[in-house]
Amino acid sequence: MIEVRNVNKRFGKLEVLREVNATFQKGGSYAIVGPNGSGKTTLIKSILGMVLPDSGTIEVDGESVRGHWSYRERIGYMPQIGRYPDNIKIGQLLTMIRDLRGTAKATDDELVHELRLDELSDKRMHTLSGGTRQKVSAAISFLFDPAVLILDEPTAGLDPLSVEILKAKILKEKERGKVFLITSHIMSDLDELSSHILYIEEGIVRYDNMIAELKRQTGEEKLGRAIAGMMRNNFKANPS
Amino acid sequence: MIRITKHALYDILRNRFVLFYAVFLMIITFSLFSLDSDPGKAILSLLNIVLMVVPLVSIIFTTIYFFNSYEFIELLLSQPIDRKVIFFSEFLAISIALSAAYLVGVGLPVLLLGGQGALYMLVSGLLLTWVFVSLAFAASVSTRDKARGIGMSLLFWFYFSLIYDGLILYLIYSFSDYPMEKLTLALISLNPVDLARIVILLKLDISALMGYTGAFLKNFFGTGLGIGYSMSLLVAWSLIPLLYALRKFLRKDI
Repeated sequence: MIEVRNVNKRFGKLEVLREVNATFQKGGSYAIVGPNGSGKTTLIKSILGMVLPDSGTIEVDGESVRGHWSYRERIGYMPQIGRYPDNIKIGQLLTMIRDLRGTAKATDDELVHELRLDELSDKRMHTLSGGTRQKVSAAISFLFDPAVLILDEPTAGLDPLSVEILKAKILKEKERGKVFLITSHIMSDLDELSSHILYIEEGIVRYDNMIAELKRQTGEEKLGRAIAGMMRNNFKANPS
Repeated sequence: MIRITKHALYDILRNRFVLFYAVFLMIITFSLFSLDSDPGKAILSLLNIVLMVVPLVSIIFTTIYFFNSYEFIELLLSQPIDRKVIFFSEFLAISIALSAAYLVGVGLPVLLLGGQGALYMLVSGLLLTWVFVSLAFAASVSTRDKARGIGMSLLFWFYFSLIYDGLILYLIYSFSDYPMEKLTLALISLNPVDLARIVILLKLDISALMGYTGAFLKNFFGTGLGIGYSMSLLVAWSLIPLLYALRKFLRKDI
């Protein structure tokens, strides 16, 4: 589905991605984990074509993303910090995005209703709290029923009720065979939502495997402990 | 493209600055025409104001708007939309808004009230608007920092409106013993504001006041060829910064 090969990216002197290789396959749900500033968001933005890698290729369904844009029809993106025009109202924003997509297909408004955004449709974006913005971002990412969902720290800043609503939605869509790429620092969430894990540190992919396999290798029950154990062993699968 | 332009235009019109700009220009135009019974003189006074105000407003408003719509651009980029389309839609939206304001505020009143050079006033004002919108795009795309972007835009304006003329005057004054016509022509071509000014001035029959160089310029710009030359230069002045900005925008990490 998504194929990342030998991707390098530097911002000035800082090497953000170094020879990153990753494959995201249909039906998989991938947790992208790593310390702050390890390159998670840059990797995501490279897939979306917002950041242009210095070298390497990224393909979505066998088509290179460089210079292309139509593949983004199949991707829903929830940014880490949703930034929207200040003066627009929530209702207008949703109408505008639907209009820009110009699809005749009915949109998936489930999250809009469940997160009670339709009740806020007259609120202007700049009056919203960070959490409400997150809700708007989440609703937009699911709106067009995309095959791939890229969620950058989806649960950060949401209230507990909304977190549960969002997680339920993710699990439901996962059942329907969608691909998820989720970054988060909340390991218990990822434990529930993902089947694979990609650990990035300083722009290098240190670990890429099934979560079940990681747990087996480390003998831990919980994802958080398993990752900690892996880090202690310096990412060697079988410590001798 | 039309859809995005439409939404960007809504966004521009929501803050009423463009409306104020149009009204402001209109007040100036009508008051100058009512102060002077000779429409030619009124146009001359108007010209001096327009040549200052139009570039300044176009370049600063565009720069601020571009940085303010960064969020909108980010949102669009995560949707299945071509970067080129996003870029040109933004350019189109701002150009349409500012051109409409100029047309309403200066262009149409001048055409109605008449006077020599009215049509040239309209056309060169529009071209100047586009030149400075596209210079503003070049400045805003080059940096991520809003203050620096606005600073760069102001610098463009200072350079073309004030500094450049000072340099030309100094040059002409220092070398006044030599024939300067061709050099003056070349120097004028390098400044869009001067190009617009000369084209209108020469239509106003006051070139006699400008001495020998004025006569030479009248000979050149007075002809259809000269007009075509200056108009195409103004178009080039709006295209080149725009294409530079597009190139940068296509390679920009958002």
